[in-house]
Amino acid sequence: MAFYFVQFLTGLASAASLFLVASGLSIIFGVTRIVNFAHGAFYMLGAYMAFTLTERFSGALGFWGGIVAAALVVAAIGVLVEMVLLRRIYHAPELFQLLATFGLTLMVQDIVVLIWGPDDLLGRRAPSFRGAVDFFGQNIPSYDLFLIALSPVVLGVLWLLFQRTRWGVLVRAATQDRDMVAALGVNQKWLFTSVFALGVFLAALGGALQIPRDAVHHALDLRIIVEVFVVVVIGGLGSIIGAFVAAVLVSELNAFGILIFPKISIILVFLVMAVVLIVRPWGLFGKPEAAARRTPGLTVNPWRPLTSGERLMSLGALVLAAMLPLFAGNYALTVGSEIAIYVIFAASLHFLMSVGGLASFGHAAYFGLGAYGVAFLAKAAGLPMIVSLLLGPLLGLLGAAVFGFFAVQLSGVYFAMLTLAFAQIVWSIAFQWVTVTGGDNGILGVWPDKWASSPASFYWLSLAVAALAVAVLRVIVFSPFGFALRATRDSPLRSEAIGINGKRVQWTAFVISGTVAGIGGALFAYLKGSVFPDSLGISLSVDALVMVLLGGVETVSGAIIGAIVFKAANIWLVSQTDLSKLVLGGFIVLMVVAFPKGIVGTLETIRNRWRSPEKKSALAMSRIETAE
Amino acid sequence: MRRRHVLGAGLAIAVAGMAGSAMAQSEIKIGEINSYSLLPAFTEPYRKGWQLAVEEVNAAGGINGKKLVVISKDDGGKPADAQTAANELVSSENVAMLAGTFLSNIGLAVSDFANQKKVFFLAAEPLTDAITWSKGNRYTFRLRPSNYMQAAMLVEEAAKLPAKRWATIAPNYEYGQSAVAVFKKLMSEKRPDIQWVDEQWPPQGKIDAGPVVQAVAAANPEAILNVTFGADLVKLVREGNTRGLFKGRSVVSFLTGEPEYLDPLKDETPEGWIVTGYPWYDIKTPDHDKFLKAYQAKYNDYPRLGSIVGYQTIKAAAAILAKANSTDPEKLIAATEGLSMPSPFGEITFRKIDHQSTLGAYVGKTALKDGKGVMVNSVYRKGADYLPSDAEVEKLRPK
Amino acid sequence: MSMVPTLLSVEALSKSYGGVHAVRSVSFELRAGEILALIGPNGAGKSTCFDMLNGQNIPDSGRITLLGEDTVGRKPRAIWRLGVGRTFQITATFPTMTVRENVQVALVSYGRQLFNLWGSTAAYAREEAGRLLDLVGMGAYAGRPCGELAYGDLKRLELAIALANQPRLLLMDEPTAGMAPRERIELMRLTARIAREQSIGVLFTEHDMDVVFEHADRILVLNRGSLIAQGSPEEVRGNPQVRAIYLGEGLVYDARHREGAGA
Repeated sequence: MAFYFVQFLTGLASAASLFLVASGLSIIFGVTRIVNFAHGAFYMLGAYMAFTLTERFSGALGFWGGIVAAALVVAAIGVLVEMVLLRRIYHAPELFQLLATFGLTLMVQDIVVLIWGPDDLLGRRAPSFRGAVDFFGQNIPSYDLFLIALSPVVLGVLWLLFQRTRWGVLVRAATQDRDMVAALGVNQKWLFTSVFALGVFLAALGGALQIPRDAVHHALDLRIIVEVFVVVVIGGLGSIIGAFVAAVLVSELNAFGILIFPKISIILVFLVMAVVLIVRPWGLFGKPEAAARRTPGLTVNPWRPLTSGERLMSLGALVLAAMLPLFAGNYALTVGSEIAIYVIFAASLHFLMSVGGLASFGHAAYFGLGAYGVAFLAKAAGLPMIVSLLLGPLLGLLGAAVFGFFAVQLSGVYFAMLTLAFAQIVWSIAFQWVTVTGGDNGILGVWPDKWASSPASFYWLSLAVAALAVAVLRVIVFSPFGFALRATRDSPLRSEAIGINGKRVQWTAFVISGTVAGIGGALFAYLKGSVFPDSLGISLSVDALVMVLLGGVETVSGAIIGAIVFKAANIWLVSQTDLSKLVLGGFIVLMVVAFPKGIVGTLETIRNRWRSPEKKSALAMSRIETAE
Repeated sequence: MRRRHVLGAGLAIAVAGMAGSAMAQSEIKIGEINSYSLLPAFTEPYRKGWQLAVEEVNAAGGINGKKLVVISKDDGGKPADAQTAANELVSSENVAMLAGTFLSNIGLAVSDFANQKKVFFLAAEPLTDAITWSKGNRYTFRLRPSNYMQAAMLVEEAAKLPAKRWATIAPNYEYGQSAVAVFKKLMSEKRPDIQWVDEQWPPQGKIDAGPVVQAVAAANPEAILNVTFGADLVKLVREGNTRGLFKGRSVVSFLTGEPEYLDPLKDETPEGWIVTGYPWYDIKTPDHDKFLKAYQAKYNDYPRLGSIVGYQTIKAAAAILAKANSTDPEKLIAATEGLSMPSPFGEITFRKIDHQSTLGAYVGKTALKDGKGVMVNSVYRKGADYLPSDAEVEKLRPK
Repeated sequence: MSMVPTLLSVEALSKSYGGVHAVRSVSFELRAGEILALIGPNGAGKSTCFDMLNGQNIPDSGRITLLGEDTVGRKPRAIWRLGVGRTFQITATFPTMTVRENVQVALVSYGRQLFNLWGSTAAYAREEAGRLLDLVGMGAYAGRPCGELAYGDLKRLELAIALANQPRLLLMDEPTAGMAPRERIELMRLTARIAREQSIGVLFTEHDMDVVFEHADRILVLNRGSLIAQGSPEEVRGNPQVRAIYLGEGLVYDARHREGAGA
C-alpha cells in the first residue's frame, strides 16, 4: 500500500513541473490566441539560466535566488520577443504566429549550444532538499514533496491574480472576448505583453526548477513542448485549473500505467488526449470556442482560376523545370525530386488548411502512411514500383478516412491537436511494432524500378506527379465541392442553412488531402529507398505547416512557393553550416516580419493594390464588419 | 500561379551549390556525415578526433602522395537528410567513400544508400547489429564494437554476480530493445538460474525517472541492467540515488563508462556499476599515449570515446585507401576485408566475414574520485573475442 | 383564407433552461403567402422560438409541422431541404466569395452537386444566380467581393441566398436590424412583393414596430415565453395587455437593440 501511495506522490511531483509550464502556455493562448511554439525554448532557457546563476552564487539564497532570477531574466527576454516580433504579427492570419515562434525555437536550440556548450550540464541539488523522506520503507525525495506543495501554491496565486486584481479581470475578459476588451479602451498592447511575460515566467520557472532533477541540455525544449500542448488541450484551452487537472491526470496515468504496460509512456499522453477530445471536444474544463471572427481589415480577394495567360506561364515554368536534367547534375536532380515531393505534401496540407480552414498538426501521418504503404507493398509483397506507387497512398487514404472522421467533429486548435494525437499514435505504432515496421531502424531497400532509377527519370516522375497533384487540387478548389468546403469554412451557420452537411464536406476534404499527402509519401519512399518513423513524425508535420504558412494560407497555391523556398533553404543550409537551425530560424523570423501574409499572400496584396487603386477608397467607405 | 518558375529557380539555387565540384587530382576526398547539430555532445569530440587524424595523415605524406580531404555534413539526426547529404557527397563532391554516422537508423539508411549506389561506406559509431548482420551489405563496414559485442563483454562480468533476480531499464527503441534482448539471451545461456522480474521502457530522451525508479524498486531485483544514456541516465541516476534504488543492488550498464555519459554525472556518479567505456586516464599503452598526447596538445582537452572513434575512422579510411591505391569501391572492399591496422586501443582488423572491425572496449567499474566519475579496474576486451562463431555469423548475414 | 394551405403549424411548443421557461406552450399557424411577425420585448423568447423552428434548438415538448412533416429534432440543413429559406439577425454570408458565388453555392447545394469535384462552379447556374440577384436588386454587384458590400446590400444578398432553394417558407430573424430607415422599408417591401408573387410564407421577428405594423398580415406577441396575443395589426394594436407590456418597456424601439434571452 505504501508503494502505491509513494507512486501516487511521485506522479504528483511529475505533474508539478508539467503544470507550471502548461499554465503559462494556457494563459498566453487564452489571451493572445498565439500557439506559442517557443514555450519549450523558454523552459529550456530557464533551465540553462538557472544552471549558470546557481553555479555562480552559493548557499540557499544563491540557489533559490538564482532560480527566481533565472525565470525573471527569461521573462524579460519574453517581453522583448513579444514587443519586437509578435506585436508585428497579431493581425496576421490565424496560426501565423506559430511560424514566428517556431523560427525562434530553432534559433534558441543552436544559441544555447553556442553559449553553454554541447555537454549535458548537471545542476546543483536544492539546499535542504537533497535527500529522501522515509515512508514505510519507501523513499520519497524531499524535493518531490517541495514540488508537490509548490503547484497548488502557484495555482492559488494565479487564481488570486485572476480573480482579485483588475489586471486579472481584464485577462479573463480578454480570454473570453478579445474584441470586447479592445472596445473597453484597455491598452491591449500592454495587456498582451504582460500576459506573455507571465506565461514565459512560468515556463522558465518550470525549467529552472528542474535542475536538481534533470540534466540541462539543448533538446529540453522539444521534450516538453508537445507534452505541454497536450496537457493544455486536455485541460481545456485557457483554463488554468484544467491544466492542473490534466497535468495530474497524465502524470498519474503514466506513473501507474508503467506498472502494467512498461512501454506505455511513449504514447500515453496522446491516447489520453485523443480519448478526451473525442468525448469532450473542448477539453475537460474548456468552453466551446466562440466562432472565430475574421480579423477586421483583412479583406480577402475572392479566388479565381488562372487566366489563360497565367495558365500559359505556369505551363512554361513547368517546361522550364522539366528541362533541368539537361544542365544539372545528379545531386541537383535528387534535390529537385525532393522539393517536388514536398510541394505535393505542402499542397495537400494547404488544401485542407486554406480551403477547408482545418489546420492539421499531424499531416505527416498520411505522408508517412503512404510511404509505409509503398514499403509494405514493395518489400513484403514484392510488387513492382508502378503498382506500389498507385496502391501505397491508399494507406494514407484509409488513415485519413478513419482519423478524419473524428477530427472534423472538432475545429480550431482542438482539431489541430486531435490530428496531432492521431499522428503520434501512428508514429508510435511504426516505432514500436518492430516486427512489421522495423521500428526506428525502418524498412530498407525500397528502391525504384529500373525505368525510374536514374535521377533524371525520377525527377521527371516527381515533377509530373507534383504538377498533376497541384492541378487536380486547383480544379477541386474551383469545383462545386471546393465552394461547399469554403462555404463551410467561411460561415458554418450559413452553410448549414443552405443544406450543406459541413462535417461530411470537411471529412471528404480530409480524405482527399490525406490521399494526396500519401502520394507524396509514396514517392518519398522510393526517393530515399527506405522508410523510417520520422516520416510520420511531429517535425515533418511542423515542416508542412511552416511551408503552408510561409507561402500564405489565404492563397490558392501559396504552399508551392512555401515548400520550394523552405525546402531549398533547408537543404542548402544543412549542407553548408552546422548552425543551420540558427540561420533557418532567423530566416523564418525575417520572412514572418517581411511577409506577414506569407510570401505569396503578401505579393498578391501588393499586386492587388497596384491593380486597383480606385477600389481602396470605395472599400474604406463601405466596410462594415461582417461577423458571423 | 507562379509556382513553377520558382520551382525552376529553387533548383537553380541547388545547382549553383554544386558548381564548386571541380575535381582536384591531387586530392582524395572522404565524405563524412554525422548528427552534429542534434548530438553535439557526442559529435564534437568525434569531429576533433577525425580532424586530428586528417592532420596526421597529411603530415605523413597523405595517401600515396595525395592530400586527404574530408568533407563533412550534418544530418540533423534524420535518416532522410543523411541520405540527401550522402547523395551530395557522392554525386557532386565525388568522394571516394562515405564515413561516419552515430545513430543506428541513420547508419542503416546510409548503408542502404551505399549498397544501392555501390559506394564504400565506413560506419563509425552506430551500434545496431543489423548493420553488419541482418541488414549487412557488401559495401558497408563498421568500426565501433557492436551492441552484441558490448553485451557479450558485460555478460561475462554479470554472470559472475550472485544476483538471480534481474530487472532491466532501457530506452524504448530499437537500440534499447536489442541491447536488452541480446543481454538476456547471452545471460540466460550462461546462467539458466536467473529470473527477469521487471522491465521498464521509458521513451528515449523523455524518461519520467521517479515512477520508473519506484516501479523497478517495487519488483525488488537483486541486479539491474541499464541501457539508458545521456540525459535520461542523469535523471535515472539522480532519482535512483535519492530513492536508494542502487543500494545493495548490482548494476550493469551499457556505455556508461564512456566519458560522454560518465562526466555529466559528476559527484552523483554511482559506484560499483559494471560498465563498458573508455578510461582514457588509465590506459597505459604506447599506442594510446601517442594519441592522447597529440589530442591534448591540439585541443587542450581530454578525449572522449567519440574522439577515438572519429580518429580511428579516418585512420582506417586512410589505411584502406592507401592499400587499395584506388577509389574504385570494389578495390576498396577487397583492400578492407581482413585489413589490420594499429589503433589507440591496439591492433584491429576488419573481418571479411561480416565487415565488423575487432575494435574492443574497456570493461570496468564506476567509482567516484575527487567529485568526478571514473572507471576503475578497467580491462580492455578485444572485439574479436566477443563475436559469435563464423557459422552463426554466416546465418545472420543476408545472401 | 381557409383555402390556402397551412405551411407551418406549431403546437404547444415549450423550452426551458434550468427551470426558466424561455418558451411556454406556444401554438400558431402560418399559411402560404402570409407574412407573420413575431414580436415581444427583450427576453420574451423570440429567438428561442425561432431557433426551434429552424432546427438549431430542440424543444422540450410540442410539435412543429412544416409542410406536413414533423421537424422536431431535424438538423437545419434537413429543414432547408424541405423548402425553408433563412436570413439571420447578423448577416451570415461567405465573405471570401463574390456576390454571385454566394448565391451559386446555395444553388449548388439545391442542385445536389455538393460533392461534385470536377465541375466548374463559375459556370454552374450562372443565369439562375443572376436572376435571383436581379430580383433583390443586386444584379449590378454580382462580380464584387462579398466582403466589400455595405450592410444593407449584404441583407439583400442574404435574401437572394435564402430564395435559392425556391422556398415555401422564409424565416427571417430581424431582417432590418442595423439598417437605415429607408433601407428597411425597401427591403421589407421587396420581401413582401416576392412573398406575394411566389406565394411564400414569411415568419419574421422584428424590433421596429413601423416595419411590423406596415408589412405584417398577422402579428404574434410573446411575453416571458408565452403567446399573449395574436391577430391582425389592428387587433394587436388595440390589445390592452400588449399596450401594457410595451408601455412598461417604453415605446421606443431600438432596432439595433439585441435580444437578451436565448441570443
